[in-house]
Amino acid sequence: MNITVAGKKTEVEEGISIAKLIEVVKVENPLYVTVSINEEFVDSKAFEETVLKENDFVEFLYFMGGGSF
Amino acid sequence: MAFTNEQLERYSRHIILQEVGAKGQKKLLNAKVLIIGAGGLGAPVAMYLAAAGVGTIGIVDADEVDLSNLQRQIIHATKDVGKPKVTSAKETMNEMNPDVTVNTYHTFVTSENILDLVKEYDFVIDGTDNFPAKFLINDACVMAKKPFSHAGIIRFKGQLMTYVPGEGPCYRCVFQSPPPKDAVPTCKQAGVIGAMGGVIGSLQALEALKYILGVGELLVGKLLTYDALKMEFRTVKLPNHGKGCAVCSDAPTITELIDYELTECDGK
Repeated sequence: MNITVAGKKTEVEEGISIAKLIEVVKVENPLYVTVSINEEFVDSKAFEETVLKENDFVEFLYFMGGGSF
Repeated sequence: MAFTNEQLERYSRHIILQEVGAKGQKKLLNAKVLIIGAGGLGAPVAMYLAAAGVGTIGIVDADEVDLSNLQRQIIHATKDVGKPKVTSAKETMNEMNPDVTVNTYHTFVTSENILDLVKEYDFVIDGTDNFPAKFLINDACVMAKKPFSHAGIIRFKGQLMTYVPGEGPCYRCVFQSPPPKDAVPTCKQAGVIGAMGGVIGSLQALEALKYILGVGELLVGKLLTYDALKMEFRTVKLPNHGKGCAVCSDAPTITELIDYELTECDGK
């Protein structure tokens, strides 16, 4: 099925979970990533059981420090 | 307050803008912005806000200028090494624009002092590099109902978002709590390309200026991310504010400020 990950059309296996998608797209810091599906946040405790559907929009948001020092 | 001839000339490129005009320039001269962190992000923010004639600018930073700062912190010069960053920043800003009153706070922000600091200002800039400070700034601004611009930079990437009370999600809506020590690299550990602070800091300055002027659309409910290697800007829409957020929802579970542990790798 096709979903959109970080703005890019991506083909993934049917019924893929957020946890699996994090592996497949090699998310940089998987333990500390914030995920939204169709502009709703997903609780990080629910990454295993949250399953994606055709045409879902997924965003990964990352902690970023930097600035001073 | 009437403009002097010198001010009319200094701000002529602003005054000619339909979105600014004489009225907007007066708003800027009457505005107060607090910049927390006089480093990679705070340097360009402070310089552009000073140049723009933001009348009162506060700068908070406990550090002294280090030679390794100068690759990106363009408000400081080689002669400033060893000086408090707030002193060096103030000198540069006053040289650029004597119209601006610069208040310096040579200290870290803590749960003890931050509310007293932010309450004096109209808009706050988060130019810090550590997560305890970023969460403290967020929570204090939510509690004090102050708008602020959050930003982060690392390697060839940067991101920013703007919080306006009651209008969109806060930083904690997106990132619930600070990551554990060493879980997410800092600039010192991972490096940062010098000009990144200029790009993201200038965008923070623009958000502050737009907020003061009341023009355009702010990055409220949106996270702007920038990848310099791919030369890609993306605006990611954020979910609505408040839904279960520990600090900005209608039933917050965090009602007092928290001093998270500042880890040694964050320190400098």
